[in-house]
Amino acid sequence: MAKKKESAVETAVSAVETVVKTVRKRVEKVVQDETTKEAVEAAKNAAEKVARATKKAVETVVADDEYVTAKIPEGPLAEKWTNYKAHQKLVNPANKRRLDIIVVGTGLAGASAAATLGELGFNVLNFCIQDSPRRAHSIAAQGGINAAKNYQNDGDSVYRLFYDTIKGGDYRAREANVYRLAEVSNNIIDQCVAQGVPFAREYGGLLDNRSFGGAQVSRTFYAKGQTGQQLLLGAYSALSRQIKKGTVKMYTRHEMLDVVVIDGRARGIIARNLVTGKIERFFAHAVVVGSGGYGNTFFLSTNAMASNGSAAMQMYRKGAYFANPCFAQIHPTCIPVHGEFQSKLTLMSESLRNDGRIWVPKKKEDAEAIRAGKKKPTDIPDEDRDFYLERRYPAFGNLVPRDVASRAAKERCDAGFGVNATGLAVYLDFKYAIERLGKDVVEQKYGNLFQMYEKIVDDNPYETPMMIFPAIHYTMGGIWVDYELQTSIKGLFCIGEANFSDHGANRLGASALMQGLADGYFVLPYTIQNYLADQIQVPRMSTELPEFVEAEKAVNAKIDKLMAIQGERSVDSIHRELGLIMWDFVGMARTADGLKTALEKIKALKKVFWTEVYIPGSRNDLNVELEKALRLADFLEIGELMARDALNREESCGGHFREEYQTPEGEALRQDDKFSYVSCWKYMGEGQEPKLLKEKLDYEFTERKTRNYKN
Amino acid sequence: MEKTINITLKVWRQAGPKAKGRFETYKLNNISTDSSFLEMLDVLNEQLVRERKEPVAFDHDCREGICGMCSLYINGHPHGPDGGVTTCQLHMRKFKDGETITVEPWRSHAFPIIKDLMVDRGAYDKIMQAGGYVSVNTGGVPDANAIPIPKAKADEAMDAASCIGCGACAAACKNGSAMLFVAAKVSQLALLPQGKVEAAARAKAMLAKMDELGFGNCTNTGACAAECPKNVSLSHIARLNREFICAKLKD
Repeated sequence: MAKKKESAVETAVSAVETVVKTVRKRVEKVVQDETTKEAVEAAKNAAEKVARATKKAVETVVADDEYVTAKIPEGPLAEKWTNYKAHQKLVNPANKRRLDIIVVGTGLAGASAAATLGELGFNVLNFCIQDSPRRAHSIAAQGGINAAKNYQNDGDSVYRLFYDTIKGGDYRAREANVYRLAEVSNNIIDQCVAQGVPFAREYGGLLDNRSFGGAQVSRTFYAKGQTGQQLLLGAYSALSRQIKKGTVKMYTRHEMLDVVVIDGRARGIIARNLVTGKIERFFAHAVVVGSGGYGNTFFLSTNAMASNGSAAMQMYRKGAYFANPCFAQIHPTCIPVHGEFQSKLTLMSESLRNDGRIWVPKKKEDAEAIRAGKKKPTDIPDEDRDFYLERRYPAFGNLVPRDVASRAAKERCDAGFGVNATGLAVYLDFKYAIERLGKDVVEQKYGNLFQMYEKIVDDNPYETPMMIFPAIHYTMGGIWVDYELQTSIKGLFCIGEANFSDHGANRLGASALMQGLADGYFVLPYTIQNYLADQIQVPRMSTELPEFVEAEKAVNAKIDKLMAIQGERSVDSIHRELGLIMWDFVGMARTADGLKTALEKIKALKKVFWTEVYIPGSRNDLNVELEKALRLADFLEIGELMARDALNREESCGGHFREEYQTPEGEALRQDDKFSYVSCWKYMGEGQEPKLLKEKLDYEFTERKTRNYKN
Repeated sequence: MEKTINITLKVWRQAGPKAKGRFETYKLNNISTDSSFLEMLDVLNEQLVRERKEPVAFDHDCREGICGMCSLYINGHPHGPDGGVTTCQLHMRKFKDGETITVEPWRSHAFPIIKDLMVDRGAYDKIMQAGGYVSVNTGGVPDANAIPIPKAKADEAMDAASCIGCGACAAACKNGSAMLFVAAKVSQLALLPQGKVEAAARAKAMLAKMDELGFGNCTNTGACAAECPKNVSLSHIARLNREFICAKLKD
C-alpha cells in the first residue's frame, strides 16, 4: 500500500511539474523585455504553488485510500446496475473467441458462469474436484430460491427483497450489491423455468411459493425439498450443452492448488489431477473462482466432505483480501450430533419452519426426564411446552432469521431445557400441522425430508417430534470483491459463496441459491467484459513463463513437505480437534478471552499438524489423504483468521455474537459508530500478522435500525 | 441407546485401472449401529492409516443422499440392502452382529475402475452432453408464469428429475444398460412444454450416445428401478421408448 501511495504521488507531482515547465517555456518564448520577465517569475511561482497544493491534495486522497473502495456506480440505488450495464465496455464476438477464461467450481455460481460465458463465445476452462460437475455441493440445498416476483400478490417487490436482505444481514452488506441481487432475482426464475426446472406448481399450473425466515411474504420458489439439485441440474444442463459445442472444456477430478499472477494480473492456475497426482498448469486471460464456503473448518458441518476453503486461501496468499471471515452461519435446524464417529451433520430444510413448531419443555423436570429416557416428548401436554420462538418473537414466530433461531435454541439448552440424551437438542413438531392440514398434505410438502430424517435417526417424525440443533452451515465471509465481483487482484474474480458480497453478517434462507445464480448468469458475464475489453491485445501466454514455473515449484515443495512428515496422526484426527476448538470458542457465542484461547490453541495445533501428520501412499497417485491434508493445512489458517476477525469485531451482528455486546434481552448489539465496515484482511507473508483494511459501509438508501422480529 | 456390532468386511482392492484386483478381509469391532455405512468405512480407513496401510479409496461427498457421488455394491446390491437410499444414507443398524459384508465397486463395462471402489462415470456426463438439455441461452426467456403447466405433469417431471446420476441403474442391470438414467432426463423434459420442442431429437441423440459408449440394451427386467435410490419409476422408460419410436417413425 505504501509503495502504491508513493508512486501515485510521484506520478501526480511529475505531471504537475511537466505542466509548470511547459508553461514557463511558452511564456519565455513569447516575452522578451525586462518588465515581463518579472511577470514570468510570478507565473512560475504561481505554478509551483499549484504543484505543491496538488501534491498535498493527492497525498490526502491517497491516505483516504486506506479505505478499500468498491467501485460502486453513481446514481440512485435502483438505477445503478442499469447505468453500469449501459456504460460498461463490451468485447465483440470475434475477440471473445480469442480470450480464455478459467472458471474454478461447478456449483450454482461456477456452472452458470461457465455456461453463460461459453454461450457468449469465450473460450472457457472449467474445473471441479468431483467426478462430474453435477455433484457440486449446491446440489444439497433443499428449501428454495427467493425472487421478488410478487406472484402471490402479498406486497413483495424488488425493494422489499432488497430491504429484507439488508436487514437480515444486520446492516453489514453493501447496499448497491444487494439491490442488484434483488433486481436480477426475477430473471433467475424465468431462466430456470426455460431450462426445464420442475418447480412446484399450483393446480392452476402457475408457480407455487412458500415462506422462509426473515420475510413476511411468500417469495420462495421450490422443487420439493430438492431445489438446489434441480437448479444445479439446470445449470449443469446448460454447461453440458456448451461442453458439447466446444466452448467449455471440462476438467473433472482436478483441484486448484494456486493462482498464477503475472504483472499484477491473474493469468492462470496450478491444478492437481486427482487421479494421477500430476501437477498441471493452465493459462487464461482471467480467472473466476466459485469454490464455495469454508464451513468445514469446523470439521462437522452441513457441507460436503470435500468442500474446502483452499482456493480462497490461495487467492488470499497472492494478495486478494479475505473479507469478514468471522461471519459464519449456524443453521438452527440440523440433526443433532450423535456420536464420535460422526463425519458430517445433516441439515433439515428451513422450509420445515413454515409448518413445524419449535419447543422445549417448560418444566426443567420434564426436560430431565426426557434426557434420562423416562419420558417421551408426546407425554408432555401442550400447556407444558415452551414455544420459545413464538413467545419471544410474536411477529415472526418460528420464522425468525437463522442466527436468531440458533441463539434462542442455545439459550434454552444452556438454561437446562434441552432434550436428547445430550441435552443439546430442541423439538420441531409437526403434530399441529398434521392436525390442521392432514398427514397427506404434510407428506406432500416435506415427505422426502421426513424420510431422510427417519433414515438417519430411526424415528418417525409423523408420530414423534423431530429433534434439531444448530450446526455450521454457510459462510457469509469470503474473498473481498468490488461491485464487479473482481478481487483486489486484477483479472481475478470471485463468485457465489466463495465471495463475501451480499449477505452481510447473516444470510436469509433461500438467498444462497439466488446469489450463486445471480453472480453466474447475470452479473459476472457482464462485469468480466469490462475487464476483458482491455485484454483483447494480450496473446495467449506460455505456461513456461517463470511465474508458472515458480508457482508449480511452490506447490510441489508444499506437497513434498507434507509427504515427508510421516508422523503418527491421521489428517481427520487433527481436523476433528480443530473443529472442536472452532465450535467451543469461535461458534455461536464468542468472547475476547475465548477467541484469544482459540488463537493459541490453533497455533499449537498447526504445529502438531506440520510435525505429526501421517500421509500414506504416494503423491503421484490418487491419494485422498494427501488431498485432505492439503485442505486441512488451509483450514488451520482460516480458523485463525476467523478467530482474529471475531476478536477485532467488538460488536454483535448477525451470525457473529460477542457475549460482551448484547441487549438486556440477549439480542445482538451492533456498534455502528465503530464497526460499520467490511474487514478486509491482507496477507503479509507467512508467520506475519495480516493487515486489516476497511471498506466503509455507507447506508445512503436505508436507515440502519436494530433488527426487530418481535412486533 | 447406542448399540455396537462386530463385523467382517470383504472389500475389493485394486491399485489402478489396469491392476489386478482382489478381495481383502478386514475385521471391525464395536461399530455403532447409529453410524452410516460410510462412517463405518471411515473407521476402517482410520484403522488402516494407524497400521500405516493405504486406506480404501471410495467416492463420496455430500453424505446426505443427493450428490450421487457414492456408489458401492454391498452384499450384491447397489447402495446396499436398504431400499430407496444411497450408500451414504445406509446405516449400520441394517446389519447383524457378526455379519460378513461384501463391498465391491460398480461393475459395468462403461464404468471402468479407477482405484479400489472408485469408478469413472464420465460416460453419464457424455450422454447428458449429447442432448440432456433445453437449448436456451441465458437471458431473453419469457416470464416464468407465461406458460402454465398442469400440476400433475410438473410433479411427474419432478419425480423423473430426482435422478442423481449415481449409476446404480446401469450397475444393477444384467445388460449394463443406462436406460433408466436416459429415460429420467428424456421423460422430465418431454413432460414440460419447454423441453417438448426438442423431445424427439433428444431421445435419439441420448440413446445413440448410450449405445456408442458401450452400455447394453434394455430388456425390461426392472432391476434398475428396483435398485434406484431415488425410486425413479420404470414408466419413464416406457415414455422414452414412445418418444424414440415416434421420432424414428418420423425419420
